[in-house]
Amino acid sequence: MASTQTLEIRDAAARASKPSPSGEEELIDVQGEKMVLNMGPSHPSTHGVLRLVLELDGEIVTQAMPDIGYLHRGDEKIAENMTYTQFIPYTDRLDYLAPLANNVAYALAVEKLMGIDKQLTPRCQHIRVICCELARVSAHLLGIGCFAMDVGALTVFMHTFTEREKIYNLAEAISGARLTNSYTRIGGLMRDLPPGWTDQCRQFLKEVVVCIDEVERLLTRNRIWVDRTRDIGVISKEMAIDFGLSGPNLRGSGVDYDVRKAHPYLLYDQLDFEVPVGSVGDCYDRYLVRMEEMRQSVRILHQCLDRLPGGPDNAGKEPINIPDGKTVLPDKAKVLTRMEELIHQFILVTQGLNAPPGEIYFGAENPKGELGFYIHSKGGGTPYRLKIRSPSFVNLSILPALLPGHMVSDTVSILGSIDFVMGECDR
Amino acid sequence: MPTTPETLAAALREKFGILIGDPVLFRGEASVQVTDPNRIVEVADYAKNQLALNYLVDISSLDHYGEDPRWTVVYELRGLEHKASIRLRTSVSEEKSELPSVTGIWRTANWHEREIYDMMGIRFSGHPDLRRILMWDGYPYFPLRKDFPLAGKPSELPDIAFTRPAPLEGGPFVTVAGGRDTVAREPRARNPE
Repeated sequence: MASTQTLEIRDAAARASKPSPSGEEELIDVQGEKMVLNMGPSHPSTHGVLRLVLELDGEIVTQAMPDIGYLHRGDEKIAENMTYTQFIPYTDRLDYLAPLANNVAYALAVEKLMGIDKQLTPRCQHIRVICCELARVSAHLLGIGCFAMDVGALTVFMHTFTEREKIYNLAEAISGARLTNSYTRIGGLMRDLPPGWTDQCRQFLKEVVVCIDEVERLLTRNRIWVDRTRDIGVISKEMAIDFGLSGPNLRGSGVDYDVRKAHPYLLYDQLDFEVPVGSVGDCYDRYLVRMEEMRQSVRILHQCLDRLPGGPDNAGKEPINIPDGKTVLPDKAKVLTRMEELIHQFILVTQGLNAPPGEIYFGAENPKGELGFYIHSKGGGTPYRLKIRSPSFVNLSILPALLPGHMVSDTVSILGSIDFVMGECDR
Repeated sequence: MPTTPETLAAALREKFGILIGDPVLFRGEASVQVTDPNRIVEVADYAKNQLALNYLVDISSLDHYGEDPRWTVVYELRGLEHKASIRLRTSVSEEKSELPSVTGIWRTANWHEREIYDMMGIRFSGHPDLRRILMWDGYPYFPLRKDFPLAGKPSELPDIAFTRPAPLEGGPFVTVAGGRDTVAREPRARNPE
């Protein structure tokens, strides 16, 4: 082990706690003195482990320095050392509030690299869209619930969490896990929907609409809520684009850009839904955009459930996976009884799929924004480099420009309205 | 005429001539190589202001360990109006390990470039605040380099953090890309060299 060494740490909070060399200096200008406040990494409104070093003049923030990386696990390094399929469980842990959507985004990225994204079976595409939209509803319910709780409306949180619980039950029914679903496979899905699942999902959709209406009644015209969010944290259109914001944060600023519409993947070009856009770009607009997105997701879910090829319990025996044994894991029952499938399974598990050399970028519209995977392949079963473009990381980079000029209490509103997840930000 | 990755590549080629390499088309995307990394700002400025590529999606970095030039920096550009994308790549040698920052063109580049500096050790000249972002200040290594072992290396920072290599022996199965034969490729516990 290396010997201990002294290092200069550029840390405003630590520096502020050090006494100045000559005690007199502090007395010279007491009026203009600024205070450094360390917010986080463990603070209820930092949704995980974000640390903000705020420089304050009275109650006004004059400078904000976000400090991230407390949840860094080296996912990109890990990805270089395993096969494409082995990395699927790691994507659950990016945005852990919408693991199903991350699974779908990652599977689509690898399928784009393999050139099989257009061959996905219709039933698989429908189920994947259902997964993405359920994840969106779940993530927005949490986002709005926590946002409201942070600015003092605790009841909303109780309502939204009751509904989220039902989504966890649905996810458990399809994948066996409530949080870390790992439901997709390259070229398909882990398994089909269980019997009776679509009815449960329809029942949930009926109930969630009631909940969304209730939240709407609790917040949208609530005097306190409007005072705490309107004209707070205004992000202009130009600023949003300049800082690369995506998802509801970009649309809240009035930029009509949704990856599902601009670069449709899966079925999104055949589905009927609207993209809500804000007008001012304040915290209130971002809240309204999320509320409307949930309603649109419910619309999409209804359409997919109605059209599901093969019927609810797949009486039509529609295939789920692409029938390509060299790329897609074969059906387990066949692996145990047939020679060819056994060989395919063995090769795919031990060596991985045989990706062509090349590089691709695929971005999907996730609840938090555009989750992108840049994969550089030199051929073979593992990525040479896998870069994750995480929406939370990019969305948080606006804080140093956005927070100055706001009150400390507005910081909480702004953080709530940006709706980030540190698991994804720090990777 | 609709804007496509091909027309964007052609427009860049027309403006900058031999500075822009032949576009590589793969899965409907176009990547072009900017042969001189020192002129990346000029190309980025033209792309943003003349080709309406106003949205910088991401900046990634590649470590071609054992090759020269060792580093490649990859810019993923997109126009929110015309919805077409193009990828710019530029290569930097290991001795230099430095190229101009594009933070003046897109402010979102700030954190992306800090991350690349943190993970790969490529510096960006003209960056307003080039510090580590995910690892802590004072961390001595660049963990995404190919010569950094998966298990990690010991490091310490008094009073704040210390790390030891992760116990990998018999532990997580590591798969090696493009190995000589099946034995070299297949997932198995490996000790870092």
